[in-house]
Amino acid sequence: MSDKWLKNTKIIALTITVIVMFIAGRAFYAHRYFKGSVVLSSGVTEVKKLSDYFSPLKGTMNDCNIYILESGNPGGTAMVIGGNHPEEPGAVLAAQVLVENAQLDKGRLIVAIWSNRSASTVSRPGDAYPQFFHIPTSWGIKKFRMGDRWANPLDSWPDPEVYVNYPSGQMLAYMDIRNLNRTWPGKADGSMVEQTCYAFMELIKKEGVGLFMDLHEAELEYPVISTIVTNQNAQEVAAMASMTLTAFEFERPMGMEFSPPSLHGLSHREVGDYSGALSLLFEAPEPFLDRVRGITDEHLLLTGEDPFVMKAGEYGLLYEKIDEKGWPIDVRVGRHCSTVLQVIQTYSEMYPDKAVALSKVPRYAELIEKGVGHYFYDPAEAPVERVVYE
Amino acid sequence: MTTVSLVVMVIYHIMSAFIAFVLLWSIIKTKDVQEAILYCIILIPFTLRVFHLK
Repeated sequence: MSDKWLKNTKIIALTITVIVMFIAGRAFYAHRYFKGSVVLSSGVTEVKKLSDYFSPLKGTMNDCNIYILESGNPGGTAMVIGGNHPEEPGAVLAAQVLVENAQLDKGRLIVAIWSNRSASTVSRPGDAYPQFFHIPTSWGIKKFRMGDRWANPLDSWPDPEVYVNYPSGQMLAYMDIRNLNRTWPGKADGSMVEQTCYAFMELIKKEGVGLFMDLHEAELEYPVISTIVTNQNAQEVAAMASMTLTAFEFERPMGMEFSPPSLHGLSHREVGDYSGALSLLFEAPEPFLDRVRGITDEHLLLTGEDPFVMKAGEYGLLYEKIDEKGWPIDVRVGRHCSTVLQVIQTYSEMYPDKAVALSKVPRYAELIEKGVGHYFYDPAEAPVERVVYE
Repeated sequence: MTTVSLVVMVIYHIMSAFIAFVLLWSIIKTKDVQEAILYCIILIPFTLRVFHLK
């Protein structure tokens, strides 16, 4: 082997390496710094940043937008967060449907679409998640970023050996220090995700939020699915809403279960305990998250059709039904939108002095009929001052 | 982010940059073509981490 041959081989190998690094780096960069447009409905009266409530978050990846929809009429304040786990797109899309469509007739609504934005900048290593997903609309294809359950290690690292939730002292898995639904009620001098929860708690207290709703999706192998998980302080609202939705609206039942008092770090437990707001968490089925799933791609993410998950269902291994129709994204977003509307309506009936009334938000049947894309608007056609980016 | 985490993160990036440099130097110096290709493959994740991309 001559020196010249060795030198040329090294140059070729290094050139290929640089090309591979460039292609991979460009894909990672495009994913991490992708900006999704949000066309504000005329009901949105103000867009704040989460750091407005807790300044140390300023400049971090988790300094997400906070959308405030004010009716101008006296009433209560309800809050919805999506993107707690950005690998659950139904929650993100439902929150964005609210921001792009809702009109407030009474009280106020506060929405965060990407509550753990850092987690939306990374997909799950080794699980072959798609980087983006696409929703067809009447004006074209709208692109969304697919994320993970945990914040990006680029923003919060290293993890501890064991995550100890503050202030409960409960021990959790190490990576849950980056899980926005294990770090409530947050810690002012904690990790970025603990600070994010602390900022949300400050927001809830300062804005006088009376009703807090956290949107999620779950695998069918997981027993907490198709349900409202409620803090004990919201049990009447949750029970009435789940019965109403099951009886009059959904094809599959909507359950209701209590937040375990000794299970700490979750929004339905800590938001209620530390702020007094009625706190609830909604779960919709997402077969994409099941461990027995087949090909992990955008088709599965959006249709929820998977023969392997179906086969698991035939053996009685699942906690929710699935057939060849799967669990399409329109159905999952529809369940979230109707649950938000029903919970707000029930809350307003039970607490008339804190009532919140909103309109123009599609319910379950409308979302299935027209598709979720029908409720997203063309940023190119909207006035510049009514378009913001996440 | 706590101060300790920030310090660890900075040290980690410095270590990643050092390892990337050592790998690059090893590619130049080695007489074994198989080793050179192996070092090239190992170089990719360290470089992407240095650039804060993955």
